Amino acid sequence: MHVQPQSWQNVELSLVPDALAGHDSPWILAARKTAFKRFSEHGFPTKREEEWKYTDVSLISKRGSLAPDNIPPDAPSEAKLLAWALSGEGMHLMVFVNGHFDSELSTIDDLPDGVQLSSLADMLDGDANLPESLFSQQHEHTIFAALNNAFVTDGAVLKIAPDTVLETPIYLFLIASGHGVAIYPHIIVMAGENSSATVIEHYMGTLDAHNFTNAITQINVGAGAKIEHCKLIQEGPAALHIAGVHAEQSKDSSFTSRSFVFSGRSVRNDITSSLNETGCLCTFDGLYLLDDKQHVDHHTRIDHIAPCCTSREYYRGILDGESRGVFNGKVIVHHGANQTDAHQTNHHLLLSKQAEIDTKPQLEIFADDVKCTHGATVGQLSDEGLFYLRSRGLDADTARSVLIYGFANDIINRINTPYLRQRIEHLLLDRLPQGDMVKELL
Amino acid sequence: MLSIKNLHVCIDGKEILRGINLDVKAGEVHAIMGPNASGKSTLAQLLAGREIYKVTAGSVHYLGRDLLAMSPERRACEGVFLAFQYPVEIPGVSNALFLKTALNAIRKYHRLPELDAMDFLTLVRERMKRVGMDEALLLRAVNEGFSGGEKKRNEILQLNILQPRLAILDETDSGLDIDALKLVADGVNDMRGADRAIILVTHYQRLLDYIVPDAVHVLSQGCIVKSGGADLAKDLERHGYNWLETGDLIKQIA
Ligand SMILES: Nc1ncnc2c1ncn2[C@@H]1O[C@H](COP(=O)(O)OP(=O)(O)O)[C@@H](O)[C@H]1O
Ligand SMILES: [Mg+2]
Repeated sequence: MHVQPQSWQNVELSLVPDALAGHDSPWILAARKTAFKRFSEHGFPTKREEEWKYTDVSLISKRGSLAPDNIPPDAPSEAKLLAWALSGEGMHLMVFVNGHFDSELSTIDDLPDGVQLSSLADMLDGDANLPESLFSQQHEHTIFAALNNAFVTDGAVLKIAPDTVLETPIYLFLIASGHGVAIYPHIIVMAGENSSATVIEHYMGTLDAHNFTNAITQINVGAGAKIEHCKLIQEGPAALHIAGVHAEQSKDSSFTSRSFVFSGRSVRNDITSSLNETGCLCTFDGLYLLDDKQHVDHHTRIDHIAPCCTSREYYRGILDGESRGVFNGKVIVHHGANQTDAHQTNHHLLLSKQAEIDTKPQLEIFADDVKCTHGATVGQLSDEGLFYLRSRGLDADTARSVLIYGFANDIINRINTPYLRQRIEHLLLDRLPQGDMVKELL
Repeated sequence: MLSIKNLHVCIDGKEILRGINLDVKAGEVHAIMGPNASGKSTLAQLLAGREIYKVTAGSVHYLGRDLLAMSPERRACEGVFLAFQYPVEIPGVSNALFLKTALNAIRKYHRLPELDAMDFLTLVRERMKRVGMDEALLLRAVNEGFSGGEKKRNEILQLNILQPRLAILDETDSGLDIDALKLVADGVNDMRGADRAIILVTHYQRLLDYIVPDAVHVLSQGCIVKSGGADLAKDLERHGYNWLETGDLIKQIA
């Protein structure tokens, strides 16, 4: 509806089916084509759409091709090394290279009873019972979800039986390798009643290449279940990453989303949760460290549909160089969602005069007897703080790094998985002058 | 150790210090007293290297070297320490990390090996006990949510750990109850020594009951209007600062 039909639409449409997973099933082919039709009818969102006002996706439409490649390359050695280290951490590890599951690098053999973890491509090819949210228009929160449904290559489907507690995190390590590749992972988590698990999605680009990742994660949190989803983006410096993380929560469930962005040219995360039944707790945390001309946009949305639910949102961004951050935090308290308790804060630290942040909390309240608060700050490093630290012998660089570390720590400290917490801490400190020294002292 | 000559200092074009002269020798304790807004903190902060204050005339020498030419961190490493009147909160940075970073920065400057985690902890625990500080405060963010007294003790803890040669305490006594005051005084008396000098900036004579100074100076409107021995503090206590404005009592005491 917005952009003029372009040549890519005709070209891509013919490319949709053939060699992608599930191509032997006529209904999957049809579902992919219909999804692509939805996407091409809408076209790439333009800046005229409120939700896409700050994030320019026209770069994607200028790509040679939107179609994923079907033959994954070998994982780069850097990624192999990390995969090896991760399996040493005792994680249930699934490695994907350009959106294709690499079973050799993965270690998912010793899952406890009640936990099923499968490659989505295997399920599509094997004509398995697919989760109903896949290919469903109703579950497409942005138009890019339609594109993902059209081209989805592979992904993970995690099914946890009721009352099953998964102590060790599921670690999905998604590597982008090669130049100009388009990558379409789709992750589905179905958590049964009173189950609990942590899922980590780690995106890593090993080259300075114009890769495009379009990822969708759908999470169904059963009654009384407790699911934590952590997403770490470490894409290559020229990469585009557009993704959605969408949770549906049942009675007394708890869902936590943590979003970390450390690199990538342009990143857009749409993170949503729908609190459908009473007694839900939803927590959204975010932390990003941007530099150069990086652009990172978080659009979050929490729908309080049932009464007596609690939501908490804590986002922090550190922006240097000519980077740009966007934070849009929507909380909608629907009619009847009385006794909602929603709290949101976002704090941004601007380290350079050229860095920019657009932040907008959006509370829409249609219920009574609710407690909704939000707070936002945009600031610089405090002069008093810098002087205090320097007066104790820290040089100016170290003093700055210690203050930045402290600013981020509020979010880092809340990470429950020790491995991830340390990794994020190191990713931060590795970027800060004298960060090594601080790292040693931790 | 410290020699201040004809020091004039401005902020935002407003002259705050108007010709300060002060000599502090190693082994001495000097008290600087004076009414609010007389420039005590300005002097203390300037000596620590706060860059917002502009020196328009005069000089400061520390151990024979030009103090004003040094960065704040260089001063700290060379042994200048300021206990802040309003200790700064550093969110997200644990007191332990802060103390360790500071101590190691100074040790590194003197080419000493860094203290390992165990030695550091032993040292800090012992010093915390001495200043009557709860160990839980090690894990809390620097000064964040600390009570007034805890903040002041934290300054004394840093003083004791960093072992400076010139310690400047800016109203470390204000807002403390008598027990806390005694602990602070003990902390300072611990530090007294032949190769150290201490400058106590204080509003009240009270602290000087526990730390007997070698000299007392009265600062008023950016000038030292009177200097004397420990007794001067007692006179001030008796007569208040009001007489300074009129100047009558200066003559009277003199
Ligand atoms: N950062 C500042 N900006 C503007 N004026 C200041 C600043 N710091 C101090 N002053 C002014 O300088 C004068 C002396 O202040 P200060 O040194 O804090 O006095 P004291 O510590 O003796 O109470 C006061 O008039 C105060 O308002
Ligand atoms: Mg003062």
